[in-house]
Amino acid sequence: MTVVETGARTSVGPRIGENAPRPDGVPKVTGGFAFSSDLHHDRMLWGATLRSPHPAARIGGLDTSPALAIDGVHAVLTHEDVPGSPTFGLEHCDQPVLAGDVVRYEGEPVAVVAADHPDTARRALAAIVVDWQPTEPLVDPALAETADPIHPDGNVIRRIHLRHGDQSAADRDDLVSVEGTYEVGMQDQAFLGPESGMAVPDDDGGVDLYVATQWLHVDRDQVAACLDLPHEKVRLTLAGVGGAFGAREDLSLHVHLCLLALRTGRPVKMSYGREESFHGHVHRHPARMWYRHHATTDGDLVRVEAHLLLDGGAYASSSSAVIANATCFAAGPYMVPSVEIEGVVVRTDNPPCGAMRGFGAVQTCFAHEAQMDRLAAALNMDPVALRLRNALEPGDRLATGQVIAGTLPVAEVIRACAGHPSAALGSDEPMARPGGAGRTADAQHVVRGEAVAVGFKNLMFSEGFDDSSAARCVLHHGVATITCACAEVGQGFVTLARQIAGEVLGVDEVVLAPVETTSIGSAGSTSASRQTWMSGGAVQLACETVRRELLAAVSATHGVSIDDLVLVDGRIVSLAGDLDLSLEELTVERVEAEVVHRHAPTSPLDGDGQGDAHVSFAVSAHRAIVDVDPDLGLVKVVELTTAQDVGRVLHPLQALGQLEGGAAQGVGLAVMEEVQVTNGRIRNASFTDYLIPTALDMPPLEVAALIEQPEPGAPFGAKGIGEPPSISSTAAVAAAVRDATGLALPRVPIRPSDICLGDNALTAEVIA
Amino acid sequence: MTSVDGFSLSINGHNRSVVDAVAGESLLFVLRERLGLAGSKNACEEGECGSCTVRLDGETVCSCLVLAEAAAGREVVTIEGLGSEGDLSDVQQAFLDAGAVQCGFCTPGLLMAVDALLDDDSKPDDLTVREAISGNLCRCTGYGRILDAVDRAAAARQAEATP
Repeated sequence: MTVVETGARTSVGPRIGENAPRPDGVPKVTGGFAFSSDLHHDRMLWGATLRSPHPAARIGGLDTSPALAIDGVHAVLTHEDVPGSPTFGLEHCDQPVLAGDVVRYEGEPVAVVAADHPDTARRALAAIVVDWQPTEPLVDPALAETADPIHPDGNVIRRIHLRHGDQSAADRDDLVSVEGTYEVGMQDQAFLGPESGMAVPDDDGGVDLYVATQWLHVDRDQVAACLDLPHEKVRLTLAGVGGAFGAREDLSLHVHLCLLALRTGRPVKMSYGREESFHGHVHRHPARMWYRHHATTDGDLVRVEAHLLLDGGAYASSSSAVIANATCFAAGPYMVPSVEIEGVVVRTDNPPCGAMRGFGAVQTCFAHEAQMDRLAAALNMDPVALRLRNALEPGDRLATGQVIAGTLPVAEVIRACAGHPSAALGSDEPMARPGGAGRTADAQHVVRGEAVAVGFKNLMFSEGFDDSSAARCVLHHGVATITCACAEVGQGFVTLARQIAGEVLGVDEVVLAPVETTSIGSAGSTSASRQTWMSGGAVQLACETVRRELLAAVSATHGVSIDDLVLVDGRIVSLAGDLDLSLEELTVERVEAEVVHRHAPTSPLDGDGQGDAHVSFAVSAHRAIVDVDPDLGLVKVVELTTAQDVGRVLHPLQALGQLEGGAAQGVGLAVMEEVQVTNGRIRNASFTDYLIPTALDMPPLEVAALIEQPEPGAPFGAKGIGEPPSISSTAAVAAAVRDATGLALPRVPIRPSDICLGDNALTAEVIA
Repeated sequence: MTSVDGFSLSINGHNRSVVDAVAGESLLFVLRERLGLAGSKNACEEGECGSCTVRLDGETVCSCLVLAEAAAGREVVTIEGLGSEGDLSDVQQAFLDAGAVQCGFCTPGLLMAVDALLDDDSKPDDLTVREAISGNLCRCTGYGRILDAVDRAAAARQAEATP
């Protein structure tokens, strides 16, 4: 890739803290950037997948011969054609590559075909004869524990019983207690670029897979196991990724493509349509959460109790880690001396759930923030004051017993956000009212509400996971080439990597090598807000190693102390001014370093959910102002304000983009987005029926503050910033709608009927 | 499958022959798979997301909803016709300067929609812009930087127009 220069920039290369241009920016605005769905090969075939129409069924028989008889069909494969492991999985290997005797969710892959045209492939799918024997699906997560197991591994994927502090702390009669049950619906990541890829067989029995993913190496390991091939014969290259948000952490079409390519000896391309994409990746876990908070009459939290039930759907995916996050952060960023949380994630015949931005903390933030507002009301206390009074600080203990060793400016984000002046005005424009032009609210009836919410989560992987990223830096003729397998999914790591290399080495030109599995070790997943820290840290370390080596060589050659040498703007100069050497000339012979970067080790949770399980944390606050039309139950989010704990801003525009984009997904979950599942079937698998915010739905986002408290151990002090914006935004919008309407609204997304019919069924239980 | 007689399309000012199409292929499919113009994206294939937006005789359309043969005899402009490296259009440059590009999948369609908007209305107000691009879904940006890019492009176009 080449350096893209925009605006007034001249000769100086990318540096930390600047709005450096994206190296993929020009191709992306000219249409030349190759996304995974843009791959083409002259000899390629088209792959397609036969999926179960039933959420639960036995397969009595399967006849592929009518499909094979169709002219232009080159292969039809079933579970019998999987040479290696019949199952795959991120944490538990429990999901069939292709279902054999039984299917456990609607849309589960059963067979794959390769044909000369997408239409031929579709006709082939229709020609496959399956003897479906539907069974009663297990769709209520509350019944999963007692129901017959629907999978050999059982119906409880993970249970965590967290106990912290004196468990009898609330056994006194001078406390104020509030209780509620809350629900979060199933959200879809709804990335714009559907699953797609191409597998190309080679002459030695191996295969090259070009695919959009979040984590190349863990894909490679799973694909190789299913193909029964050694790792070196399965080579993955990152194809252009059209967004991810967690939905590309699991395998989708990876093994299918490779099976078809190896069987036909031809390149095979597969692209899901939007409907198939809804069935083809995991979603955010729906949650049902009971909470009870106890506080002194002064507003000091004494004890929080909760029971969390997450529906994992048919297969485990990353459910174990999601329930750990939900449990660990269930009480919110507050100092709570006594905590008891039971977190359970179960298996059902619903669509599988796994990673989505916020990863378990979104669900519990919605609940704990509703509880804090409820508690403030019971105490007759200002809700912001209640939050500030209980805000966690560095040095405090979390519910897991872990002491916060790094930065965590909880009070700072709350104060900045709540105290920021609002620019929100009323509008006479019908388009700006709830419902917009189509169902314009009666302006006289519109009510306005306002609320603040705060949320936090861990950065990077937890519970003792050996989390690392590898990077190589080669400095040659003054040009730095960085090799790292970090998946760019839109977030802008490609920009940061160049900035970090430019900053450390003082060079103008930084080139990024292709992202693939053969040239470098794993970078880990582009998830958990971890790549700035992990792969950014790896790039920093590799470049610093090269820098040290260069300076040591110059020091030895010229008899100057290393401490008197600086590397700036493509030159090494001495502080005394008597030495001025060009990096270009100094690196006629290449200087290189390869490193593996690890964060500080973490520990597993013990039987009481206690342990130093997390590396670092980030907190954000949102204030939402909404207009509500109580007649039609419509909501217009008028303004969002945020403050976020970022450690240090490495790229102001990209940081803003993360804050705005994350907030949009939070707004979506609050008032629009739900994968509607009835008796195991998705009823709205399209962008016609699954609505994500448009430019008319999104309010302006006011950034009250980016709190820059450098985090020890992080590159340049920078924390990951991708997830917090989607955590506290949903809770803030929902609370603002409560403020406007006076309704309890214990469930998101808030539907029109929840407002105009008074509330939904959960309310009675909450009030009772 | 039924193949159709060859037809030709006028794309970005060039005549392109389509000789091997199958009946029922959309303009989007023919652009991407038969003519090698993959800049127009397929994200929903039902006219909801705007990622495949092209201009047909000047009007913005979702090319996934246009039968390829129906575009014969009409002027098709795709993202590849908007500007190229070294010769970016004002809208393309504004998207880069404003930080409006993340994953980039929605970007070509949005660029076509914004270009058409500014052709019609050189000084659109905020609501007009929001409505004009409300048929283009973006999942990464939350639209903030895109709206800023539209402001920048409108200013650049006005500066160009006033000597």
